Amino acid sequence: MRSTYMSAREQVSSRVRISLGWLRGAVARLVLLAIAAVFLFPLYWMLATAVKTDAELAHFPPSLWPAHWEWGNFLAAARYVPLFLYMKNTLVITIWTVIGAVVSNAIVAYGFSGIDWPGRDKVFGLVLATIFIPFPVLLVPLFDIFAHLGWVNTYLPLIVPAYFGNAFWIFLLRQFLLQIPAELSDAARIDGAGELRIFWQIVLPLAKPAIATVAIFAALGAWNDFLGPLIYLQDNSKYTLSIGLAFFRSEHNLRLNLLMAASTVVVTPVILLFLSCQRYFVEGITLGSVR
Amino acid sequence: MLVGIGFISPWILGFLAFLVYPIAYSFYLSFTRYTGFGAPQWIGLGNYRQLLHDQLFWTSLYNTLYYTALAVPLGTIVALVMALAMNQRLREVLLYRTALYLPSILPAFAVSFIFLVLMDPQNGVLNYLLYLLGLPQVNWLGDPRVAKLSIVLMSQLGAGNAALIFLAGLKAIPRTLYEAAELDGAGQWGKFVHITLPMLTPVLLYNLVIGIIGGLQVFTQSYILTGGGPANSTLFYVYYLYNNAFAYSRLGYAAALSWILFVVSAVLSLLVFRSAARWVHYEIY
Repeated sequence: MRSTYMSAREQVSSRVRISLGWLRGAVARLVLLAIAAVFLFPLYWMLATAVKTDAELAHFPPSLWPAHWEWGNFLAAARYVPLFLYMKNTLVITIWTVIGAVVSNAIVAYGFSGIDWPGRDKVFGLVLATIFIPFPVLLVPLFDIFAHLGWVNTYLPLIVPAYFGNAFWIFLLRQFLLQIPAELSDAARIDGAGELRIFWQIVLPLAKPAIATVAIFAALGAWNDFLGPLIYLQDNSKYTLSIGLAFFRSEHNLRLNLLMAASTVVVTPVILLFLSCQRYFVEGITLGSVR
Repeated sequence: MLVGIGFISPWILGFLAFLVYPIAYSFYLSFTRYTGFGAPQWIGLGNYRQLLHDQLFWTSLYNTLYYTALAVPLGTIVALVMALAMNQRLREVLLYRTALYLPSILPAFAVSFIFLVLMDPQNGVLNYLLYLLGLPQVNWLGDPRVAKLSIVLMSQLGAGNAALIFLAGLKAIPRTLYEAAELDGAGQWGKFVHITLPMLTPVLLYNLVIGIIGGLQVFTQSYILTGGGPANSTLFYVYYLYNNAFAYSRLGYAAALSWILFVVSAVLSLLVFRSAARWVHYEIY
């Protein structure tokens, strides 16, 4: 309709704009396809290497597509490396960490957002400042403290700190909780509800998506952790996947196809978690950064 | 008041037990000789004096700063390009977002295993690629001049995280700004330089600070890929700290190393924040 009123010049310029837009889209598509191919290639290569036979692995040039998919490598890897034991250990640490992170960060974040008390925002500034302390700075003293408690070679040093809140997640949850209209909790307060009840019955249900985000990132942090288990775990029977595989590789000269099969086992739960909870990931990393 | 403090009490306890006390304790330890057994032995400034003459301390500090100075700017550029491309109106943009972000949440140790295979000097696919292009072979992890660069290269796989933060920043730029610029006759480049970049600077600051703090902590990759070698070329600072504390049982010396890291990290963050007043564009819109 509108185009009938456009002058000839306007029509030409709009056509130029459309084709320019199309060109930009095409360029963007090419850039993204190229980067995506590069970024996903290591994962493909992991899987492709995991199913190659020893003979094919030794061959140069490497075959880009396995000639024969030797799925038995996964069984061989599980027979060679105590994969299930390591996975069980990692899972135990992960579950306990997630519980601690969810409970403690939600409670603390409510104290920094739902309730007004003098000095609150100053203390919160202190919370934010601690985000910038690099964790390795605490390596030595924490180890010594946990050693004196007799916690070395247990999962406690890896789990217990999660029960005391994490500055970044407190920040993230607080950002989310501040968006919940205060009228809701005020109305409950007038009806005589205590803060614990307000937190439990009103705020918590509304904050579910943000809490899910914290749970997912906490799970990821525990599952992916290398330095923590490396320092605190000493018995092979207590190893996580991360250090279990690293030690196994260096001590037994693990064949590369089996190492890749084991890596596939490590990475698959992460990928599945990501694909099923994508929106929480995106929320988690962007909520904190954009005002 | 009391109720509020009640709610944040887990954090207060953790703050005291897992942060304030350890930091103070490590300050004390840094003036002692301590193997982890028996009582720490006061040696005054001994550890710090020894640091000055410790070649490996300087090497590891250099390695970490070198890594950070390359990996952070490179990662920022990669992430920005990714975000700009993702901000175009493409129907399948969610697919790209998935593909680009996924590698950044994979465990560093597993990614390192994969790169062990990719960068294998004999059978690795990277060298095969160079061979196809007629380029000389590279000993990615075995050549002291290249090993750090290889780890920088590998770290780019994590750029998806910063890219999504950039993308959120791009989406927050009001369209009206671009429309106004178009009326003033601004071209694509003009709009990018005068609107997109300035409006992205707060997000850029965030990504830079997070990147620097993360870069100074680089450890797992070299532990798995190179064991700190060849010729200590990937002996990063945290690796050296780890060795002192847990391989050589020199906890006092390691505590002194921690304090230097703390100071370096604080100074760098402060410098970035200070400079931000000049280049970060805070505007209420």
